[in-house]
Amino acid sequence: MEQLLTTCLYDRHISLNAQMSPFGGFMMPIQYSSITNEHIAVRTRAGMFDVSHMGEMFVSGPDAEKFVNHIFSNDIRGMHPGKVLYGMMLYPQGTVVDDLLVYKEFEAGHFLLVVNASNISKDYDWICSQAEGYDVKVGNASAVWGEIALQGPLAEKLAVEALGLDKVRELGFYTYAEMEWKGDRMIVSRTGYTGEDGFEIYCSHKAICEIWDILLEAGVEPCGLGCRDTLRFEAGLPLYGHELSDTITPVEAGLGMFVKLDKDEFIGKDAVAAQKAAGISRKLVGIELDDKAIPRAGYPVESDGVQVGTVTTGYRSISTDRSVCVAMLDRPFTELGTKVEVRIRKKTFPGTVCRKRFYETHYKK
Amino acid sequence: MEGLLYSESHEWVKVEGEIALIGITDFAQNALGDLSYVDMPEVDDEVSQGEEFGAVESVKAASDLISPVSGTVVEINGELEDNPELLNQDAFANWIIKVSISDKVELDALMDAKQYEEFCQNE
Repeated sequence: MEQLLTTCLYDRHISLNAQMSPFGGFMMPIQYSSITNEHIAVRTRAGMFDVSHMGEMFVSGPDAEKFVNHIFSNDIRGMHPGKVLYGMMLYPQGTVVDDLLVYKEFEAGHFLLVVNASNISKDYDWICSQAEGYDVKVGNASAVWGEIALQGPLAEKLAVEALGLDKVRELGFYTYAEMEWKGDRMIVSRTGYTGEDGFEIYCSHKAICEIWDILLEAGVEPCGLGCRDTLRFEAGLPLYGHELSDTITPVEAGLGMFVKLDKDEFIGKDAVAAQKAAGISRKLVGIELDDKAIPRAGYPVESDGVQVGTVTTGYRSISTDRSVCVAMLDRPFTELGTKVEVRIRKKTFPGTVCRKRFYETHYKK
Repeated sequence: MEGLLYSESHEWVKVEGEIALIGITDFAQNALGDLSYVDMPEVDDEVSQGEEFGAVESVKAASDLISPVSGTVVEINGELEDNPELLNQDAFANWIIKVSISDKVELDALMDAKQYEEFCQNE
């Protein structure tokens, strides 16, 4: 049996009495006070997440840009240094290896790829296996980098006043700055997974521990993976393993805008282009239930007693107080306004197909 | 709490003549967290000892409610429809269903307060 890893902030979670649980090969905090409290803290003030379990891969060399553009669905040509792009790595059949962020570093020919914790080994193997014939170096630095996500309307104020990171005031959405924390290289990007303004701070384990302590002292709410999921779900963001997987394509997931078919070539291009031309047979949509019953991942969606899809993620949405979910449904049930039923244990509950985003996001655009 | 019987799945039973009041224990509500929904059976439904009769939902997950007795549902607690948090506020004061017991011998399989307390310590 594989040993569970811990992040550099583990002892702090224990001392805060966090409820811990395995996730992506790591023992992670699910909640400290309650998922509801933490969720509301992020939406109304500021919360911080230990996201040190995420993976950091550095790609460099004369062919770096060409190589990253070969394995990445979005187009990195024309990225200015300091820009961050979201996209996916695809298999040749068009399904998803992982979704990730690509950071174009200020040093020419250098890129940082930030990937999901649960896919670190798989992604590293994939990237290395595809590098044949490209003059690039690929490094998996996940073990040495810690990361905190500071999210919420007060994130900028806290980053400046508590952490002294004045530079973040000029950071635009989806850009990053190179900084230092007591001599250690620090990367701060205006990105996040909550639908609020905020930053993702990457640094050495030592620095991340100090930063956590300072933010805690400043009154920032420690937030776990429980509300990380409820927040991203409300904001319409996908989670690999639910809305994306090696059997789901970006087109089916409604993420076609992150796949740039006008690039000359990239892995999965032909499959995605073909699927777009032929039309998809199923699609991710939102469903809002009329009742208070809660739809959850894996529950069947039916129409006239016949299953037409499956829920990928569902909650009683904390910010909007509605029972809502995202589901993969067969066409033609994907039209907005279609009436369907979600089977929750032994009963079915009526709902209506709607958009996948349930909350008005507050990005600093 | 004395005077009640307990199941290993953390339900409590209060016997009043032929009727059993059934709820979840404080241990259970604490482990589940803030409850947002209680899925209850209908009046006249049959329940069986050891079998699922409904569920409680917290933010993170749904948890089955297992019946500690067999019988027929004679009343459900309507207050829990709009206020599931009552179970968090006082788990022992808020019964979920009332059941007309079909076989009192089944009560022998349940734990008393002391046995339940020991059981929880080993959970």
